[in-house]
Amino acid sequence: MNINRLIALSKSVQFGKILTSNARHATKEVNLPHRTIRTHARNLAYAKDLFLGKVNKAECFPYPEIGNEELEEINSFVAPVEKFFTEEVDSKRIDHEAKIPPETLNGLKELGLFGIQVPEEYGGLGLSNTMYARLGEIISLDGSIAVTLAAHQAIGLKGILIAGSEEQKAKYLPKLASGEHVAAFCLTEPGSGSDAASIQTKATLSEDRKTYLLNGSKIWISNGGFADLMTVFARTEVVGEDGVKKDKITAFIVERAFGGITSGKPEDKLGIRGSNTCEVSFDNCPVPVENVIGEVGGGFKVAMNILNSGRFSMGSAGSGMIKKLIEMTAEYAGSRKQFGKNLSEFGMIQEKFAVMAQNAFVMESMAYLTAGMMDRPGVPDCSLEAAMVKVSDLLPIGCLIVVCVVVSKLNDGIGVLIGYAVVGEQGVQERTKHTPLRCPSVEDQRGGCVVAYPTPTLTNVFSSEGGWICVSEALQVLGGLGYTKNYPYERYLRDCRILLIFEGTNEILRMYIALTGMQYAGKILTGKIKEMKKGNVGVAFEMLGRKLGDALGRKVDLGLTGMDGVVHPGLADSAKKLEQNVAHFGSTVENLLYRYGKTIVEEQLILKRVADVLINLYAMTAVLSRSSRSISIGLRNHDHEVLLANTFCTDAFFKNNYWLTQLQRNSPENQDENIKKIAREVLEKRTYVCSHPLDRTF
Amino acid sequence: MSRVLVGVKRVIDYAVKIRVKPDHSGVVTDGVKHSMNPFCEIAVEEAVKLKEKKFIKEVVAVSCGPTQVTETIRTALAMGCDRGIHVEVSGKDYEAMGPLQISKIFAALAKKEEASLVILGKQAIDDDCNQTGQMTAALLDWPQGTFASEVTIDGEKVKVVREIDGGLETIKISMPAVLTADLRLNTPRYATLPNIMKAKKKKIANMKPADLGVDEPPTRLAGVKVETVDDLVAKLKANGTI
Repeated sequence: MNINRLIALSKSVQFGKILTSNARHATKEVNLPHRTIRTHARNLAYAKDLFLGKVNKAECFPYPEIGNEELEEINSFVAPVEKFFTEEVDSKRIDHEAKIPPETLNGLKELGLFGIQVPEEYGGLGLSNTMYARLGEIISLDGSIAVTLAAHQAIGLKGILIAGSEEQKAKYLPKLASGEHVAAFCLTEPGSGSDAASIQTKATLSEDRKTYLLNGSKIWISNGGFADLMTVFARTEVVGEDGVKKDKITAFIVERAFGGITSGKPEDKLGIRGSNTCEVSFDNCPVPVENVIGEVGGGFKVAMNILNSGRFSMGSAGSGMIKKLIEMTAEYAGSRKQFGKNLSEFGMIQEKFAVMAQNAFVMESMAYLTAGMMDRPGVPDCSLEAAMVKVSDLLPIGCLIVVCVVVSKLNDGIGVLIGYAVVGEQGVQERTKHTPLRCPSVEDQRGGCVVAYPTPTLTNVFSSEGGWICVSEALQVLGGLGYTKNYPYERYLRDCRILLIFEGTNEILRMYIALTGMQYAGKILTGKIKEMKKGNVGVAFEMLGRKLGDALGRKVDLGLTGMDGVVHPGLADSAKKLEQNVAHFGSTVENLLYRYGKTIVEEQLILKRVADVLINLYAMTAVLSRSSRSISIGLRNHDHEVLLANTFCTDAFFKNNYWLTQLQRNSPENQDENIKKIAREVLEKRTYVCSHPLDRTF
Repeated sequence: MSRVLVGVKRVIDYAVKIRVKPDHSGVVTDGVKHSMNPFCEIAVEEAVKLKEKKFIKEVVAVSCGPTQVTETIRTALAMGCDRGIHVEVSGKDYEAMGPLQISKIFAALAKKEEASLVILGKQAIDDDCNQTGQMTAALLDWPQGTFASEVTIDGEKVKVVREIDGGLETIKISMPAVLTADLRLNTPRYATLPNIMKAKKKKIANMKPADLGVDEPPTRLAGVKVETVDDLVAKLKANGTI
């Protein structure tokens, strides 16, 4: 597997949010006077020992809890922000005038919303990822404001936060946190959107080696029209270890005050019209060398880290929006009568509400599970000795790795074991705490696969598409009224369309998900990892693959249910479905790798299905984890949660099965060949190919 | 020098749709959004403004009720009050509590804290009693400036412009006094997130009504329905009330 290709494919455009995880302990006993924001995510090395019948603390179970104090704090923040948004934010006017009024922006600055994750010592609020996600639910009530704030703090100033030096932080963060200076993130260029690694903006070092001169232009820059500070990515000449000169990407902190910066006129957009988006050009803009973020030539890594993890907050933002829509729409459906009945009594309308409720439920579950995993301090726990997974730098922070080991057991048939690990800064740390009982010996292990779930990206894709569908359905319930500007539905629809595009188009994200997920699949965990890195899938593997295929039909027990199961018995059915899907997925992926080898990278239609299954698997996990917790602690309305969880899991189970069937060799359900052929013929002629139905030949 | 006591009440949020409990014993409060009474917010804002203008030194926020009212006190602290006092009353006692008990508590506290002003909202949006301010003043034998739409401190006196049925009335009362805030007195500020975080460090003292020498609220006696006004007069005479 070509790592560079993976990088190129994974580059995202524009908005992404960074993970800055905190050292905050989730327990009540530890009472930190203030949260310390880490500039690098902590190592959450955490592999779960899940052997048949025995369950240890997994990364996904139990659902992350936050301490009572933190919960109180979050709740005390929510009220004033909500109040501000309902009373002071006129979304209709913002959309109509394509501008956020200065009073509103000032109000946001005073509320402290411009420095949510900046540490307290620099004047920010220093909140954790979970809190950021919670506030995101409210801020998303207005799309333009949400994007303006995100462009400023989730990506604009994040570079300084996670990779900046102490001097840079002390110099720039205080004014950024108070909102006195607004930040922007400048990566995309006219010729480099999804393919961000191909940017052409140049930074040339001056004679006296004290300044870089920036030349080039960037497009689609949010806040570009008025940002005082920008994180700009440009190519710099770097001399490699071998003495060869290369042009590598470097990240710079650029102040508008440096001069040579011009902003174009604001783009007239479909949605988020209040957010300023424009072209930014640099003409010999002088940047002092002290303003390089991280290392010269290391800009790509900085960009990757910036654009990652913050993605998860889209899940909570989406769910916040849908919850609001459900309220508004349900009011209408319960009062509008047609044919002598309320709309809410008709099946098709009821289905829409069920869809909206499920989507909101899943989005919330995924978002807070991801945020919680990232916030949790690294608890060194046991791991599978056999699962020495050397994670490359490219696996994003917050990535959940699932290790499946196939073991032959004499009496029970073949079971699949799972180990979970979450990626931190130093990769997955392998630490064995104790030897569990019934640990399969090396001889028992017949093979396995490792699947990595880039959880924030998974949340992102699900939420953007789920949000789009739900808003559309909500608008549909209101019919003609929903179509008018008198109601906010059409604005929500236009605002949320961008979610599938920016911050990495969903197509790119799917490629990223699938390739990350498959990168380590097929590794034989008995120590042939090195072989895997060469991309060498041996013959022995083929036999294993076949064996797996047959054997897995027999019995799958991942320890999610049963006596020591982490999932509550009320959800046992759904958990079994998840286990089956995971096992089936594991074997399918191995099969695919065997069939295609390295060329799998070109097979987008296949990777798309792999990504979709992976998204569903994570969604099911999040949903089961959350509802298990709700039942166990007796949260209000947990019955409804169980209902939502089971319905979603069943739905996802069948969808997954269908996709996985399509991925089998020579599957009749798979029409990819035809699809590609149609596309080829159309694209060759660049038009619709068929003759008109009314044409004659005689 | 001067200390001001501000009373804040935790009520069901004004935007919530009220639903009656199935057994008709009351209103659904479980899981329903609560917030500070809007008139209490105005009272807090006025007190904080007076402090900012340096007429008073310290603003103390007070609330009576179960543990949840500490949230409301914290909001008051985030708006600028210096410290809080939580008078714990819970369960049945809380439901039976009315303006009379509250004003007894406030009167006791005002004396204890040596306050120069007690500022309350004119009424609470859940019971609309409009009695606590007046009763407190009576118990303390202090002058009262109710329905205040403008408050100015002039030396030892307070000039209050009151909104009454006939229009506006301006009075001058001497301190210590009780004021109740009306709608147009000011526009309360938002509790900003940085201020909320700072408020966490401010102290909230805990006490019970008994500590202030206030009795348990008496159980309310059942009422009697009468048919005519004459019957009412007869009953009241028989009762010894008139």
